[in-house]
Amino acid sequence: MANVKLTIDSIAVEVPEGTTILQAAKSLNINIPTLCYHEDQKVKANCRICVVEVNGQKLLQTACSFPVADGMTVVTNSPRVIRARRNTLELILAHHPLDCLTCQKNNSCELQNIAKELNMSKPVRYEVASRNLPIDSSSPSIVHDPNKCIVCGRCLEVCNEVQTVGVLAKEGRSFDVVVNPPYGKVFADTACVNCGQCMQVCPVGALTIHDDTTDIYMAQEAGKTLAVQVAPSVRTTIAEALGEEPGTVSTGRLVTALKRLGFHYVFDTDFSADLTIMEEGNELLHRLNTGGVLPMITSCCPAWVKFCETFYPQYVKHLSSAKSPQQMFGAVIKTFFAERNQIDPQSLFSVSVMPCTAKKYECKRYEMNDSGYQDVDVALTVQELAWMIRTAGIDFKTLPETPFDSPFGLGSGAGEIFAATGGVMEAALRTVYEVVTGQTLESLDFHAVRGVEGLKEAEVNLAGTIVKVAVVHTLSQARAIMERVAAGTADYHFIEVMACPGGCIGGAGNPIRSWKKVLRRTASVYDVDRKLPVRKSHENKEVRVLYQDYLGAPLSEKSEHLLHTKYINRQDILRL
Amino acid sequence: MKQEIYSHTTSQSALVRVAEISARYRNRPDKLMDVILAVQKVVPSMAEDVAAVIAREMGLMQNEVYSFITFYGLLSVKEKGKYIIRMCNNAPCHVRGARAVMDAISDTLKIGVGETTQDRRFTVELCPCLGICDVSPAIMINDKTYGNLTYDSTQALIKRYIREDV
Ligand code: SF4
Ligand code: SF4
Ligand code: SF4
Ligand code: FES
Ligand code: FES
Repeated sequence: MANVKLTIDSIAVEVPEGTTILQAAKSLNINIPTLCYHEDQKVKANCRICVVEVNGQKLLQTACSFPVADGMTVVTNSPRVIRARRNTLELILAHHPLDCLTCQKNNSCELQNIAKELNMSKPVRYEVASRNLPIDSSSPSIVHDPNKCIVCGRCLEVCNEVQTVGVLAKEGRSFDVVVNPPYGKVFADTACVNCGQCMQVCPVGALTIHDDTTDIYMAQEAGKTLAVQVAPSVRTTIAEALGEEPGTVSTGRLVTALKRLGFHYVFDTDFSADLTIMEEGNELLHRLNTGGVLPMITSCCPAWVKFCETFYPQYVKHLSSAKSPQQMFGAVIKTFFAERNQIDPQSLFSVSVMPCTAKKYECKRYEMNDSGYQDVDVALTVQELAWMIRTAGIDFKTLPETPFDSPFGLGSGAGEIFAATGGVMEAALRTVYEVVTGQTLESLDFHAVRGVEGLKEAEVNLAGTIVKVAVVHTLSQARAIMERVAAGTADYHFIEVMACPGGCIGGAGNPIRSWKKVLRRTASVYDVDRKLPVRKSHENKEVRVLYQDYLGAPLSEKSEHLLHTKYINRQDILRL
Repeated sequence: MKQEIYSHTTSQSALVRVAEISARYRNRPDKLMDVILAVQKVVPSMAEDVAAVIAREMGLMQNEVYSFITFYGLLSVKEKGKYIIRMCNNAPCHVRGARAVMDAISDTLKIGVGETTQDRRFTVELCPCLGICDVSPAIMINDKTYGNLTYDSTQALIKRYIREDV
């Protein structure tokens, strides 16, 4: 591609043809404010905050969409440009409730940032007309405040194109436009799978996390015994949520922080991820040996499970019956652990910290009470935990390190890589291979299933049987592979599906994502795996003890009862 | 409240017609307007079940169909009467006696703007200029326009509709 020469604010620059003014300016470290633009999405050019002067153009042009041309002269900060941006901002603010102080996005809101950048220190000159619509907190995962929506359309792109769920719609026109679930519905009445990806891209406080932190304080005050499990991803994103570099691993500090927050037992979900592999791996072997339903598909992502139940209910028999690590842990804590430590399960409050908003919904599914109680009482996201740490005045950066508590404090590298797309598959292969062949794996790294391609495929030779596997992430990819399953052309034995782009490490409970950040987090995940002494689930000593002392064996009656679940048909929500 | 307005169900036979109409334009999103105009003749409103059938048959997403419908003032997701009376709301009609026309409508039907009669036969709405200011004041009932109206002629007109004499 040819290069183009232009000047921006009198600085000459040479960039490839097709670059936008915004990108060219960025290469010169000139910051043009943006609002509807998102680095991982299509150009929308509907907010007009990014306007610049371009020679030969009478009107100001939007930098995010305007392509550079040879000999172009761009001015990004003339008084005229600044006046126009401020005026646009005032018009947006005239339609926006100014309750920043009590907004979840306070300090992380893109609109607020722009107001700061544009030095908006005077009241808005227009009459403020708020929409006065009700706030929808019907979803266990997401709170929707349509009054704060600036109609940028980012959530629509994610939900329609990346996830193909289609929960939200632009409604009405002109001044009355609002983004809402169609037909006056609330989130709980839609096909929303709770993945939270819409919330991750919302620049303002229109889509936020359903904050459950109060429940923790209440349980504490009620004198409950608090047990918390921490998902694989959390150790690589909690530090980021508290202002450190993306990809900073902080396992030991995380445990210390949780102890200081008053959790009596701090356990590692890597442990139950290993448990999941034992159950799921054996289920796969069982299906392979007995002519069971194939391909078997992973079931640890609740957003994917709900998607399958809603859009492909006739294929739920392909889902592994194994519960997700969060729910396996929940069931074990209120049974085995409670019995061992002579704690009344009723006084035990089981919490999880997850990279995920769908886990909030998962723990409330009515099947998830095999211990006789709700197995996991509250699922917190990484962001909520970060708020609790801040609120408690804990300086995360300088915390000492503490190991996880026994008996569920040991996780293998296989459990750890659950965080990244392809991780469950790789973890399963490590175990299944050794169980079937009886041989030790030479190289533990299955590179074919790592990486961020939408669909990854691999073949593994298991003592003469070729096992074909596939890994997909995002629900649009899941839909594509399900169409092939439906058509009978998906000749795989095992498929891993994760709803979030990049897997759980890109989940919506984490700090706000971009692909760049997700890649850095992913690198850290594999780094943790490489450094762990035990990297295969079946070699996890504590998992072995649990089977010996309590469960018997994978797929035993007790395991089936506590660690497996069933699925339902949700198609009626689509009114088809 | 919101739920109530929206949750009206369409008859099975009407939905079958909707499916027939929409199926002709499978994977032709550009034909959505044609489909909706045809569908509008067989259903009382673009209710959720109607949008679901259109989406399914045309290979679109339900929320796209919904967005499309709400964008146009003359399409509606809420249930409306069999006859939609649209009263022109612009200046020329106003100066030439729109008030009297409006009064005639509300006196005859006992409903105001934005309302639907209990028997679900009439809905009254305001709309922008109908483009026939030369015969103002004017109204539109479904797809027919009527001009040069007075209180009395409006009342007579509405009564003809009540008797289905149109
Ligand atoms: S949580 Fe996921 S499925 Fe639900 S509206 Fe957001 S993007 Fe769509
Ligand atoms: S809800 Fe958020 S992401 Fe969606 S259109 Fe509104 S401001 Fe944009
Ligand atoms: S991919 Fe992970 S973070 Fe995303 S919805 Fe599924 S389980 Fe949650
Ligand atoms: S960022 Fe360019 S128009 Fe919104
Ligand atoms: S103003 Fe009423 S028809 Fe034009």
